[in-house]
Amino acid sequence: MFAQLVTSFIASSAFTILFNTPKRSLLQCGIAGMISWMIYLLLQGIWGPILASLIATTLVGIMGQIFARLYKLPVIIFSVAGIIPLVPGGIAYDAMRKFVENDHNAAVQLAAQAFLISGSIAMGLILSEVLNQMVRRRA
Amino acid sequence: MNSDPVVHKPDRADIATTTDLCLLAGKIMLQSGAETYRVEDTMSRIAACLGFPKSTSYVTPTGIMFQADEAGAAKLTGIAERTTDLQKVTAVNGISRQLSGGQLTAEQARLKLKEVECAAHAFPIWLQIAAASIASGCFMIMFQGGWNDFVPAMFSGGFGYCAVIYFHQLVRVKFFSELMASFVVGLISLIFVQLGWGHALDKIIIGSVMPLVPGLLITNAVRDLMAGHLVSGLSRGVEAFLTAFAIGTGIAVAITIF
Repeated sequence: MFAQLVTSFIASSAFTILFNTPKRSLLQCGIAGMISWMIYLLLQGIWGPILASLIATTLVGIMGQIFARLYKLPVIIFSVAGIIPLVPGGIAYDAMRKFVENDHNAAVQLAAQAFLISGSIAMGLILSEVLNQMVRRRA
Repeated sequence: MNSDPVVHKPDRADIATTTDLCLLAGKIMLQSGAETYRVEDTMSRIAACLGFPKSTSYVTPTGIMFQADEAGAAKLTGIAERTTDLQKVTAVNGISRQLSGGQLTAEQARLKLKEVECAAHAFPIWLQIAAASIASGCFMIMFQGGWNDFVPAMFSGGFGYCAVIYFHQLVRVKFFSELMASFVVGLISLIFVQLGWGHALDKIIIGSVMPLVPGLLITNAVRDLMAGHLVSGLSRGVEAFLTAFAIGTGIAVAITIF
């Protein structure tokens, strides 16, 4: 578990370098990625990957909103960093490889899973934005 | 808009300048991987604070149409390449905020946007490659690989990222450079496993293709679809599909040949 935390932190901040994120936000981006991966790992065993990524993205989206206000940067920076460990790039690649290898059954299954997970991530981000707007209106 | 419209009365710039300014801002944002709704929002904000509250825009991943005012002509700009560059998104966001706060004039904003457009990647290329290779190693661990595969994954991920940069400069076709890069990844991973330095081939490969795979693209596509930008969502989805297809093919070719 500790190794997972460290690697997800490093992987997220390394990815934000590839995405040319402003230098002063590298640390926070790593933290966002680490927290989302931790929540995902904890919940994935209970509720499966789709619900787990929905909850993880929602929470990390809310965190991104807070970070954005604290550090005066657009939310997109933190939300992108937070979903880096969750996005189904690996599954999409696996699906395509199965297609190329003529294993269509496995390929369709994986592709559907990739679509559902990315749908739940998008849902989570939208949910966190809606929650943020509700809180702001209340305040 | 934070400023009070009575206190801060914008001088009504002419339609052509406003249209150009908005299109430039939108173009930079779209090329840098901002979501469609954010691009539309920024353009209409800029137009509104220059005195055109009723602007209309139509944004797709390959082009933007923008009309500042019902009376003026609409203008179109095409977009050939899209990357993820959050620094530019941040910069354009800041400029549009300064503009609506009245700290910048339209001309100053235009000059600043031009600067942003030409700005290079903030991190040197060796650092990007190093970041890609470290990320590959870490993703390999996150996919439950063993630590004894960490170094092979780092190497093949780093070389894969090198390859995608190199081939992209050589031929400006994204599909081809991704195909070649994943072929390189597959080849190097295979060599490592054959030499006995790597152990789980699948884990090494999946870790090292992570800097190339379109995970973010897929998510952005679904986000666009949910926000009602159907054309953008579908075309982004197709882009993601093509990338995944290129990577899958490259790896499969490498494994089948050797």
